[in-house]
Amino acid sequence: MLSIKNLHAGVEEKEILKGLNLEVKAGEVHAIMGPNGAGKSSLASVLSGRPNYEVTAGEVILDGKDLLELSPEDRAREGVFLAFQYPVEIPGVSNVNFLKTAMNEIREYRGQEPLTAKEFMRLSREKQELVEFDAKLVNRSLNEGFSGGEKKRNEIFQLAMLEPKLIILDETDSGLDIDALRIVSRGVNNLRNEGNAFIIITHYQRLLDYIVPDYVHVLADGKIVKSGDKTLALELEEKGYDWLKS
Amino acid sequence: MASKKQLETPLFERFASSEDVALYQTDKQYIKDIRKAAFDLFRHHGFPSTKNEEWRFTNMTSFLKDDYLLSGLATMLSTREIDDIYHAVAHQLEAIKEDGIENPYRIILINGHFSPELSVLPGAQDITIGSLNDNMDAPAAMEYFAAIADTADAANSYVALNTALYANGLFIEVPKGKVIEQPVYIFNVYTADRSAMILPRNLVVVNENAELTLVESIIDHTSGQAVLVNKVTEIAVAKNAHCHHYDIQTGQNGLRIIQRTEATQQTNSTYNNYTFTFPGTDIVRNNLTIHLNEANLESHLYGLYLTAGTQLVDNHTEVHHKFPNGESNQLYKGVLLDKSRGVFNGKIKVYQDAQKTNAFQQSNNMLYSNDATVNAKPQLEIYADDVKCSHGTTIGQLSEEAMFYLRSRGLGMASAKKLMVNAFAFDVTQKVKLDKLRSFLEQKIQQTIQ
Ligand SMILES: Nc1ncnc2c1ncn2[C@@H]1O[C@H](COP(=O)(O)OP(=O)(O)OP(=O)(O)O)[C@@H](O)[C@H]1O
Ligand SMILES: [Mg+2]
Repeated sequence: MLSIKNLHAGVEEKEILKGLNLEVKAGEVHAIMGPNGAGKSSLASVLSGRPNYEVTAGEVILDGKDLLELSPEDRAREGVFLAFQYPVEIPGVSNVNFLKTAMNEIREYRGQEPLTAKEFMRLSREKQELVEFDAKLVNRSLNEGFSGGEKKRNEIFQLAMLEPKLIILDETDSGLDIDALRIVSRGVNNLRNEGNAFIIITHYQRLLDYIVPDYVHVLADGKIVKSGDKTLALELEEKGYDWLKS
Repeated sequence: MASKKQLETPLFERFASSEDVALYQTDKQYIKDIRKAAFDLFRHHGFPSTKNEEWRFTNMTSFLKDDYLLSGLATMLSTREIDDIYHAVAHQLEAIKEDGIENPYRIILINGHFSPELSVLPGAQDITIGSLNDNMDAPAAMEYFAAIADTADAANSYVALNTALYANGLFIEVPKGKVIEQPVYIFNVYTADRSAMILPRNLVVVNENAELTLVESIIDHTSGQAVLVNKVTEIAVAKNAHCHHYDIQTGQNGLRIIQRTEATQQTNSTYNNYTFTFPGTDIVRNNLTIHLNEANLESHLYGLYLTAGTQLVDNHTEVHHKFPNGESNQLYKGVLLDKSRGVFNGKIKVYQDAQKTNAFQQSNNMLYSNDATVNAKPQLEIYADDVKCSHGTTIGQLSEEAMFYLRSRGLGMASAKKLMVNAFAFDVTQKVKLDKLRSFLEQKIQQTIQ
C-alpha cells in the first residue's frame, strides 16, 4: 500500500529525515518508536503534506499514486489520515459541521453523492458508539476546551467517520488515562481490516499490548535504524535506545 | 481662521460660504438657532485632518475632493427609479425579514428623506413614524433633537455640518409601555446621478417601558457616483426601555459613509448596537457614542467588519459611564482582505461617580492578506476606583496550523477558509437575535470570502 524510498526532508534548511525507507502492506500494523526529536512526527507531517516541510529527495507512493505531488486535502481524499500528536483547537467551528463538510468533500472527490443529514447522523451515532466518544463533545466547537484525552478521542472518532486506508497515529496514547487507552485501543482494533494499514508512533510498549503490531521500527536521527517484530518493543522498553547507536 | 487640524479643501470654502443655510426659512425659530450655532461650529472647525487625534488613521482628503452637490437630489426621481427602488426594497426585505412576519414595518428613506408613499406602517397607532420636519412640535423632538449628538468637538464637525444643513429626516417615537415585538426595517436608499453629499438625520425616542428593534440596511442606487453620506442618528432610551439597533452597511465603490450614532440612556434601560460592515463602499467611518446617564443600565456594542479592495472601515466608539452600576460590553471583530484597512478606537470613560461599573472591550482582527492593515486602540479613562474594566486587542492571521488540520481531513482550501472565517466571526454573529437576519449575515460573510 505504502512505499517510502530514500526519503529526505526537512524544515527551513534543517534536514530531519535522512534517507528513510518503509514498506507497509494493507492489513498491517507498524509501530514506530524512537528517541525524542528523532523525526517521527516529521515523518507523519511529510506523509500528510504539512506545508512547511520540504522533501529534498526520495519518493512516497500510496497504491501507485505519488503522494508528494498531492495537496494535503487530496492526500486525505486518497485515504491518508493523521491523528495529530497535538490536535488543534478551533473555536467557533462545530465538530459536526466540520466533519460533515470533510466527509462530503471526500465523497465528492471519489465521485460519490453527498450524505443526507439523516445518513450522516446515523453514521455519526454508530461511530460514536464504536469508539465510545461522548455525544456531547460531538456538538461542541472543534477541540475547544477539550481535555488532552478528549482531543485524542476526537481524533479516533474522526478516524472512524472518515474510514481512511493509511492511518498514522502520532502518540495518540500519550495523555490518555488507563481506561481511555483501553477504549481508544479497542476503537482502533475495531477499525482494523484487510483494506487498511496503521502506522503507530508511540513511546510506550503499553499501547502495543492492546494494539498488537506486525512490525516494530526504531527511528533515530532521521532513519529507520532497526526493524523487528513485537518483541523489539519489549527489548526497547528494557534497554532504551543507546545500544542501537554505533 | 483655518486651524492646522482641518483639511484645506475647496469643498470647505464652498460649504462655509454656503447660502444653503438660509434655505430653511420654514424652520421653527428654535431649529434655526440650532442650525446657526452648528454652522458657526462647522465654519470654525472645518473638516478634521489626520492631525486631529480622532482622525489620525482616517485621511479624508481624497474623499473631499469631489464637487458634491448639497441639496436637490431627492426630488428628482423618475417613476422608473421609484419602481426600481420598490423592487430592490422588496427583494432585500425578503432576504432579511424574519419568518412568520407577514407585513412588517418598512421605512424607506430616500437620501435621508422619509418616503410616506413607499413606506409601510402596519401598526401606526402603536408608534409614531414620520419625517422629522413634520414632528418638530412633538415634545420628544423638542427635548432631544440636536441635544444628544455632539457638535462642539472639532472631531465632530461632520455632525455640525449635518445639523446646519440637513433638509429633513426620520422621526420615530415609541410611546410609554409599548413593546414593538416586530423589528422595524429601515431601508436607507441612496440615489444620485451626480456626486453629492447626503445628510440623513434621524431621531429615535423609546419612552419608558417601551421596546424597539431597528434593522437598518442600505440600498445603493448611486451607480458609482461619488456620494458622501454624512449621517447623524440620535437615540433616547428612557427608563426601563430597550432599544436593539442593527446596522447593515453595504454599498458600491463611490459610496462614502461618515456617520455618528449617539444614544442617551436612563435607568434600567438597554441599548444594543450591532454593526456589520461589508466590502464595496470606499470608506465607512462609524462614530458610536453611548451616554449611560443614570444608574443601573447596560449597553452592548457588537461590530463585525469585513473589508476588501482598498476600503477603509473605521469604528470609533465612546461609552460614557456617568453613574453607578452601569455595564457596557464591546466586541468588535474585523476580517481584512486585499489592501483594505481597518481602524478600531474604543473609548471607555468612567466618571468619578460611576462606581461599580463593569466595562469590557475586545477588538480582534484577522488579516487575510499581507497587504491589509489594521490600527486598533483601546482608550480607557477611569476616574472611579471601584470598577471592573478590561480591554484586549488582537491582530492575527489565518492560523496555518488550523488550516492544515482542516485540510488534512479532506477540506479544500476554500471551505477551510470559509469555516475559519465563520468561526472567527461567530462570537459576533451569534449575538444577532433575529434568526433570519443572522443567517443572511452568515451567508454574506461566506460570499465575501469566496
Ligand atoms: N518547524 C520546525 N523548525 C525547526 N525545527 C523543527 C521544526 N519542526 C521540527 N523540528 C525539529 O526536527 C526534529 C524532529 O522533530 P519531530 O517532531 O519530528 O520529532 P519526534 O521524533 O516526533 O519527537 P517526539 O518524540 O518528541 O515527539 C527535532 O529536532 C525538532 O526540533
Ligand atoms: Mg513527535
